[in-house]
Amino acid sequence: MAEAHPVGFQWVMEAKKRGAKVFHVDPRFTRTSALADTYLPIRAGTDIALLGGVVRYILENELDFREYVLAYTNAASIVSERFVDTEDLDGLFSGYQPETASYDQTSWQYEGQERNGGEDTAKERDSAAGLRHESHGMPVPGQPPQDETLQHPRCVYQILKRHFSRYTPEMVERVCGVPKEKFLELARAWTENSGRERTGALVYSVGWTQHSVGVQYIRTGAIIQTLLGNIGRPGGGILALRGHASIQGSTDIPTLFNLLPGYLPMPHHADHVTFDDWVDSISQPGKKGFWGNSRAFAASLLKAYWGDAATPENDFCYGYMPRMTGDHGTYQQVLNMIDGKIKGYFLLGQNPAVGSAHGRAQRLGMANLDWLVVRDLFMIESATFWKNGPEVETGEIVPQECRTEVFFLPAASHVEKEGTFTQTQRLLQWREKALDPPGDARSELWFFYHLGRRLREKLAGSTHPRDRALLDLAWDYPTHGPLVEPSAEAVLREINGYDTVTNRPLAGFTEARDDGSTAIGCWIYSGVYADDVNQAARRRSRHEQDWVAAEWGWAWPANRRTLYNRASADPQGRPWSERKKYVWWDPEAGEWTGYDVPDFEKTKPPTYRPPDGASGPEAIAGDDPFIMQSDGKAWLYVPSGVLDGPMPTHYEPAESPLRNPMYGQQANPTRKVYPHPVNRINPSPPEAHSGVFPYVFTVSRLTEHHTAGGMSRNVRPLAELQPEMFVEVSPELAAEVGLSHLGWAHMVSGRAVIEAKVLVTDRLTPLRVDGRIIHQLWLPYHFGSEGLVTGDSANDLFGITLDPNVLIQESKVGTCDVRPGRRPTGPALLDMVADYQRRAGLTVEHRTPLATTDAAGERGEDA
Amino acid sequence: MGLRTFIQGWPVYRQLTGTDPLGRGAAAQSARSAELTARTETADSMARSVCPYCAVGCGQKVYVSDGRVTQIEGDPDSPISRGRLCPKGSASKSLVTSPLRQTTVRYRRPYATEWEDLDLDTALDMIADRVLAAREETWEDVDDEGRPLNRTLGISSLGGATLDNEENYLIKKLFTAMGALQIENQARI
Repeated sequence: MAEAHPVGFQWVMEAKKRGAKVFHVDPRFTRTSALADTYLPIRAGTDIALLGGVVRYILENELDFREYVLAYTNAASIVSERFVDTEDLDGLFSGYQPETASYDQTSWQYEGQERNGGEDTAKERDSAAGLRHESHGMPVPGQPPQDETLQHPRCVYQILKRHFSRYTPEMVERVCGVPKEKFLELARAWTENSGRERTGALVYSVGWTQHSVGVQYIRTGAIIQTLLGNIGRPGGGILALRGHASIQGSTDIPTLFNLLPGYLPMPHHADHVTFDDWVDSISQPGKKGFWGNSRAFAASLLKAYWGDAATPENDFCYGYMPRMTGDHGTYQQVLNMIDGKIKGYFLLGQNPAVGSAHGRAQRLGMANLDWLVVRDLFMIESATFWKNGPEVETGEIVPQECRTEVFFLPAASHVEKEGTFTQTQRLLQWREKALDPPGDARSELWFFYHLGRRLREKLAGSTHPRDRALLDLAWDYPTHGPLVEPSAEAVLREINGYDTVTNRPLAGFTEARDDGSTAIGCWIYSGVYADDVNQAARRRSRHEQDWVAAEWGWAWPANRRTLYNRASADPQGRPWSERKKYVWWDPEAGEWTGYDVPDFEKTKPPTYRPPDGASGPEAIAGDDPFIMQSDGKAWLYVPSGVLDGPMPTHYEPAESPLRNPMYGQQANPTRKVYPHPVNRINPSPPEAHSGVFPYVFTVSRLTEHHTAGGMSRNVRPLAELQPEMFVEVSPELAAEVGLSHLGWAHMVSGRAVIEAKVLVTDRLTPLRVDGRIIHQLWLPYHFGSEGLVTGDSANDLFGITLDPNVLIQESKVGTCDVRPGRRPTGPALLDMVADYQRRAGLTVEHRTPLATTDAAGERGEDA
Repeated sequence: MGLRTFIQGWPVYRQLTGTDPLGRGAAAQSARSAELTARTETADSMARSVCPYCAVGCGQKVYVSDGRVTQIEGDPDSPISRGRLCPKGSASKSLVTSPLRQTTVRYRRPYATEWEDLDLDTALDMIADRVLAAREETWEDVDDEGRPLNRTLGISSLGGATLDNEENYLIKKLFTAMGALQIENQARI
């Protein structure tokens, strides 16, 4: 955090000054480690084993915040007797289907609700359906049987306890390489700093998400924080530090294939044929919780898209919506480019030639398009792959034979346009424009508004049914200035939503209607333009308001700064303690009050109990804080919605030098794989030849560089501060391989060879894991062939294997070989990769086995 | 200059008689530095902005004089950053004023070995034509069972995490109306 989010880290130091104990877990000792109380080195890709150890420590010693757990979680719910745990199936859960490498979730359900389970979760994997749950949980039908004593063998609490019983301190040491004493120090500090009087916070970043089992990393963190009562309370929480100025915004208002604004799903051709199919699949009529209003959110979105053309009679033009049929994610797209299925590609401030996994696949894909549009501040590698890319050097891309037509359009910088960024805690901040962009540089707002205008002009008069969606689109934004820039405020106002009759901006999403009387571009952002005021532009000084700073910017939803803050009060609505007071029930006023906007219906008393048969928000009781969950509870056990298991389980990374010490099942059995000639995955046990790639490598950011380097390698002060690609290795590894400090090394995977200068440092330490010494290498991933400072791209080493829930790639851990000296160049480089592939058995026909235990059934071994 | 003025101009005198006994502030100031004015004070305008790098969202103040950015510094009012910026945020002025920034459209013909120039309006028109052609060529009306698809899988897009919400909103809206599903950004990566 001190390296990649330095200014955010000041708050960790503030907390430390006030007595907080800071633990840092990382494969490499960084500036964060230097400032932490305790640093735990870890083998990359084993965090679930570490966190699972903490879960076990809590449960075995009954250190959970019992009152919170009983009232606010599903700990007491009883699970179907058909459920079988990984403990009994060698690392698989019940319902594994080797043919599709996915789970039938029927047996994972609560008792009596078995029919709620998805049987075909391979389809959900292809559409990354898990992402929908960024704003809400999965539906459950009614209240499952409960055991408030938590003694029933099939209640969630006991199931959790059995599931994690294997994650002992000894096992943590054996799997992660974290010494037992250090682990116990962490577990003790975490539990001692949680409860009524104290809270603990958990901070993570892409070191957790970029794994084939990334969602379950975060689930394990959520289990701990929920057991300890650290959710919805001040000083608690799970804080995702995102890496780009508006990456949260680009998830909320998604430029993602499977989502629409506000986490509404993109329609699926088979499941969402009609408007009713679509909205019912979201709102689940009769089910509990706030998501019950989704018909109004969906209708209002379509109304914002198609304006006057969208009416209740024509289902708000739902028939215009494109439909998913499977996986249309960025990695599938790249392979489709290589296979010649994609004509044109837009890159908007993104540099996949350096920033995405498997750089060679990215570049080969781009070299096989009809056209490519790159919009950026600088001439990046993704615009010049046909000229300066590594494949030009090896002869794989010959400019005179590369047909891709490339348009480079200069972009406006953040000071040359106005608009909002959504930062990592869901806070929208409006940026004022300082000056006009230079030359031909334009904002994306300008580019897409005018592209849309031009497309509509070209299609004017068309009678083709498919052109109706473009011609009927509400696309009349006011423009201003000599550049004819569209008004960002007008767009923000549409995002907020308005009354379609009076044009009054809505005060919030509770005003959404499903009759066409409201249009809302993104329902979770509704309120950002309440009272016809740009709330995101508020800049009341921190000196003039309290520490919650509710008048600086605007946070979704409804300007709430801490989500689920009803949980900061006890079931009766009183603060858990004076020290941790945040939001509480005021019986005199008959409403919720506090420092933050209460994340609860303002006048629903703690004593409220839903009437029989209630649905939607009415079905949430006055002591159920988790209002976007269908039962108002935090889920320790997830009966549906997570595709790779109702509870997290340690699996080895897709590429690992080790056999999984915990189960016969080696890696996530549901991970998304792409068998393709270009995508050879290094072998791992129990496969043969894993010794060809004996070392573990991981990548991350340098303080002075940003992602693929476009915004830092072209900036003189930053380029000077970190001028060279390097690889960090321990003195022990340097001695083993024969590397010398400041000399060269080259790293080889089944995909690529890259070279780097060697930095020998004890910031990396060999780990004793399962009786072996494991060496880890660390690489920054910012370098490429363009800019003031250049170097080989670390991401070239990775293959493509994805998490099944959200289709994010495993690019925080892989295996490689490392050798002293510079890499070969030209065709000799290809020969070297081919030689490694041959030695590792990575033929074109090679398939990585997904199920590696007999428990998967007789077909498991060859699935 | 009289003797009195000379003595009073002597830093030691000011240190001993003034409000700065340690000589680390006003007493040490030279006449030249006293005459200097911060460029932030004389700027033509100041815009309240946000750092474009990571997602912490540090406040920035962007100063402009004579149509050029002359200074970008942390906004002390921000409850998030309290005026601080990291090395990248502090380099924001170098980012936006970098001589390496591309300010004209560049065009590479198929099979060409070099870039050439292209007018922005022509480029936009060519791109619009290519979008329509790719859409036409790859359009899918219905699936095997006659259910609507309304889409093209011939067009892809990647990007958005460095862009504004308003921009992403228009991108998603336009692509959806075009039937182009394959739109992704760094959030997937």
